[in-house]
Amino acid sequence: MPRLHFVHPDGSAQAVEAEPGESVMAVATQQQVAGIVGECGGCCSCATCHVYVDSPWFEALAAPDEMEVMMLEAAVEPTAHSRLCCQITVADDLDGMVLRIPAGQL
Amino acid sequence: MSESSDQHYVIVGAGQAGAEVASELRKRGFEGQISLIGDESVAPYRRPPLSKAYFSGDAEADSLLVLKPPQLEKNGIDLLSGVTVDAIDRATHTVTLSDGRSLQYDKLALTTGGRARPLPCPGNDLDGVFLLRSLADVDAIRAHCNAETRMAIVGGGFIGLEVAASARKAGMAVTVVETLDRVLARVTAPVVSAFFERIHREAGVDLRTGVRVEAIEGTTKVEGVRLGDGSVIPADVVVVGIGLIPNVELAEAAGLEVDNGIVVDACAQTSDPDIVAAGDCANHPNRFAGERIRLESVQNAMEQARVAAGTMLGAESPYDAVPWFWSDQYDCKLQMAGLSGGYDDIVLRGDPAAEKRFSAFYLRDGQLIAADSVGRPQDFMFAKKLVTLNIAPDRAKLADPEVPLKAFLPA
Repeated sequence: MPRLHFVHPDGSAQAVEAEPGESVMAVATQQQVAGIVGECGGCCSCATCHVYVDSPWFEALAAPDEMEVMMLEAAVEPTAHSRLCCQITVADDLDGMVLRIPAGQL
Repeated sequence: MSESSDQHYVIVGAGQAGAEVASELRKRGFEGQISLIGDESVAPYRRPPLSKAYFSGDAEADSLLVLKPPQLEKNGIDLLSGVTVDAIDRATHTVTLSDGRSLQYDKLALTTGGRARPLPCPGNDLDGVFLLRSLADVDAIRAHCNAETRMAIVGGGFIGLEVAASARKAGMAVTVVETLDRVLARVTAPVVSAFFERIHREAGVDLRTGVRVEAIEGTTKVEGVRLGDGSVIPADVVVVGIGLIPNVELAEAAGLEVDNGIVVDACAQTSDPDIVAAGDCANHPNRFAGERIRLESVQNAMEQARVAAGTMLGAESPYDAVPWFWSDQYDCKLQMAGLSGGYDDIVLRGDPAAEKRFSAFYLRDGQLIAADSVGRPQDFMFAKKLVTLNIAPDRAKLADPEVPLKAFLPA
């Protein structure tokens, strides 16, 4: 099972096992990863699952759709590595992916 | 929090608010026992997709679960499903369950939500008439439907319109009946209602506004819906979406203060210091409403639940989150920030009569109090911030789609 590494704003890391096919947001909220809220349940409506994805995984992800791009523009402190993790589907080749959690979601 | 390990916190209601209270207690280090009591037979799940992706078959039941059984177990959350709480004895800190058990609690959270309001007219118990609140409700509706089904929907609110969109997508013939003279009348401006009326009519929905339902006709099964103007809409299935009744009876019987919901303070505490309440059932002071209000939304369920969990742990922090809502219908996503009630001016960005992307900004005394955006998520996201900060934006710039809302934020 792929492992995902969440890095909290204070630098502490949390590794979780993820089922391929689930969204990263669903994995994070199920496993109580603080700072990933996922209020809208994964339909790209709230931007409370904003993360920064490290290279090389960021480049390996399918490109965000227009809705996600527009939501990210207005997220808290977006960067070139910002994604909404409800739009990322866990897959075997994402094993080891590092996702950094922003200091705030709103 | 070492002294917390011998405590027992009981949560009544295993919807999203209840699940969030349980999760938040653990995230904050609570080490005692957590019992989460729900009357449905499934683990806590998300309700918003019920009228959208789940209705149309695009989402599986499993994907709706907020906490799956392994995670409940891992987090030490004891889910008591398929049971109701019959009574709360505040003097002895005991709840009595429908299966005869009783539980002692140190702190109690009431996240009892609400139930769908039944249609108060003859024929409302005919086979084929459905309310929509639970997974089981949607499973029952779907079992009655195929592409040939003629569906009549009573109520032009979010549930009714989302079901209409899902049913049209499945190929059904759909009629929506709304008593008021426009859809979404309680939550949005006429110009936004008109937009949604247009997209539903363009999608082939027979939309009837300003007319009431007199009766559901049929002998054992639904055959039609008779309206106040005498006309009868032939139908095989009727879905009723006319609002929510908050589940307050348990609280009321326990002597807690109840007034259109369980009355709580800004920290989600009820009139009993050992009992909190959150979500659809809780009447709370809300600065965005300018008064007490009961909100029926996921945002409120989750954020107020976190406040309630803090209060249970003795770490009170007032609830002060801007309300927001969303709705998916056809290819349109509506996102609403703030509460528009009491607006005295409205500014449009884009043309709702012609386009599928626009924002309606609601102002009161020049200050932005709410925004409804369709296909303009940046407007929604920044409006949330502007509403929170009580910003009074320049009216002409607000109407200009080329001016990003970000420009109105303080430097």
